[in-house]
Amino acid sequence: MGDLAPLAIAVPMTTAALLVGTSWLIPRRVVDVASLAAASASAVLCAFLLHEASKGRIVYWFGGWEPRHGVAIGVSFTIDQLSASLGLFCALLFVTAFVFSWRYFVVVGPLFHALMLVFLAGMLGFGYTGDLFNLFVFFELMSVAAYALVAYDIEEEGPLQGALNFAVTNTIGAFFILIGIALLYGRTGALNMAQIGATLAGHSPDGLVIVSFTLIAVGFLVKAAVVPFHFWLADAYSVAPTPVCLLLSAAMSELGLYALARVYWTVFSGVLDPGDPGLQAVLVGVGTLTALLGGAMCFGQRHLKRMLAFATVSHVGLFLIGLGLFDAAGLAGTALFVVADGCVKAALFVSVGVIQHLRENVDELRLRGRGRELKLTGPLFAICALGVASLPPFGPFFGKTLVESAATDAGLWWVSIVFLLSSALTGGALLRAAGRVFLGLGPVRDPLAGDEPSPDETDPELDYRHDRVPRTMTVPALALAVAGLGLSLVPGIGHRAERAAAQFVDRSAYAASVLHGATGAPPVQVATHSVDAMGVAVGVGSVLVAVALAGAALLRGRLRGSALVSVEDAAGAFLGRLRALHSGLVADYVAWLTVGTALLAALFAATLST
Amino acid sequence: MSFLPYAVAAWIVVIGLYGVVTSRNLVHLVTCLAVVQSASYLVLLSIGYKKDAVAPIFDTVRVGTRAVDPVVQALTLADVVVGVTVTALLLSLAVQAHKRYGTLDPEKLRPGSRRG
Repeated sequence: MGDLAPLAIAVPMTTAALLVGTSWLIPRRVVDVASLAAASASAVLCAFLLHEASKGRIVYWFGGWEPRHGVAIGVSFTIDQLSASLGLFCALLFVTAFVFSWRYFVVVGPLFHALMLVFLAGMLGFGYTGDLFNLFVFFELMSVAAYALVAYDIEEEGPLQGALNFAVTNTIGAFFILIGIALLYGRTGALNMAQIGATLAGHSPDGLVIVSFTLIAVGFLVKAAVVPFHFWLADAYSVAPTPVCLLLSAAMSELGLYALARVYWTVFSGVLDPGDPGLQAVLVGVGTLTALLGGAMCFGQRHLKRMLAFATVSHVGLFLIGLGLFDAAGLAGTALFVVADGCVKAALFVSVGVIQHLRENVDELRLRGRGRELKLTGPLFAICALGVASLPPFGPFFGKTLVESAATDAGLWWVSIVFLLSSALTGGALLRAAGRVFLGLGPVRDPLAGDEPSPDETDPELDYRHDRVPRTMTVPALALAVAGLGLSLVPGIGHRAERAAAQFVDRSAYAASVLHGATGAPPVQVATHSVDAMGVAVGVGSVLVAVALAGAALLRGRLRGSALVSVEDAAGAFLGRLRALHSGLVADYVAWLTVGTALLAALFAATLST
Repeated sequence: MSFLPYAVAAWIVVIGLYGVVTSRNLVHLVTCLAVVQSASYLVLLSIGYKKDAVAPIFDTVRVGTRAVDPVVQALTLADVVVGVTVTALLLSLAVQAHKRYGTLDPEKLRPGSRRG
């Protein structure tokens, strides 16, 4: 029944082509309905694939080019529980995004819908494929659709700049990936991931393997927006239309990391040992830097969408720490964290979209007190902010605590502190924004958030005033928040994730099912981790620190003369300097990318070749 | 196997990136990006290259004749298509920038740079 796998991609692709081809004769609502139907059909297919994959790995060979005598020439989709879950998550996000955009745009052409559907097809193919070159093609398909979607409001200056920075940096990353893939092909004569992995396994890492691993890792880390490759992200995510923001921040960055994990475990784990302390140190170190820098930048923003963009950067750092532990427990926790955090962040983006719809502005300081009438959005935003700050027992907390305990098992106890700081900074920034916008608290000027007001975010599509929020906006926000926060309450979800992760990291079982047709069901017996007292303490601690940070920022006016003000001024100066680094110039970003690539290559060479 | 093509590819990546970093004109910048990309063509084609081999078209030559690897040629073709798409998209952004702001200089396009 895995033969249905290509349909999940063919349905949105074909619908997109039909929509563009018949755009001149179908009215707007037909376009809306058709794209919603296509995304829903895709989601149903993905759910079915997840059901099938839980029985055993699905391997589908295009054109029936099955491997002979253990040698794969054809192109395969190889779907296990983790990729099937990720596919379902992406498809459901698209369904909510289409519902949200029902009333978001006053005038919208079918091109928007077509691009969205191509974006969906790209994401699904990217998650499902078992072939390295195919992975690159879907990567580019997904990326090009995303560039065009970010630039959708092309008459404005922000989207133009954001899309340009996004496209240039990510394209360079994609070329690096391609060169890395080409080098692997030169070494092994294969493009199927299982085949390459089987050929490389057992050798000791040499220069070519390290160079190709570096190039592929850099490409995916650019997409995931890991420091110092993260600069483009805030420029792009803060200017994209809200339905696109939701997809970019909840799914696209995470897919970059997914691909890194997938390629590592299937291709490189036989030659670059997962127990290698050097490899772990590099990825966990880069993840820590990303988590803290993203958190600080998040706290230093007044543009709400940029704030959420930097929260994404910070969380990507945490995900990278989880993956960088190179074990199944860390991966399982990260997977749950990705889904929970993705839904919560999408709900926050939708809430900001609601505010933008009503007030035509997304500047925290200018919006002070102007969200008081939003009786649903305000509390929702605050609860999601607490979720981001890792409030037990909600979804983001659950994923984080599993990663923390996996890290402690690996001897990295200090990872809990990084998680606490990152959650407190991002959650604190969002709570500060919630207090200011929805309760009217805090001073009108805030050196922490910067003095330069963000440009007006008048949506070009909206030329009349809105005084009420349509249900098609509040329902997606509510659904996303419930899904994200409630993920941890689904019975047995932790165990399921750990089984899926154990299946994911088993390279020889993967190769056996791809090359020799073995069924490859996920293991039944896995070590199950659960929430411990230490994890709850870290979660509660980060919520308390987040509330304290938000409170200190909002009560500034009443603290005049106290020591706290001078601390805040110093922090403000630091954040100002940090903000200046994010210059908005693509040249600077590419320079950082080059330096980062060289550094990463040097680190990998130093740690892996010995 | 010769290292020359790989050294040339690395050089092309470096000069392409140098061009992107120092560019003051969007059209020039996009062209530099295409230069970076051409390194990937070179790497792909040199991986499949064999000395004294024919093109991998088998209707006129005897079976068993040395031919270069057709897979990397197909990959290069796919790469060209991807490159054209990205270049076209970026150039259309450049055209839009010029239409709206009358400049192609990325520094002058930065939000806030025209304020005040």
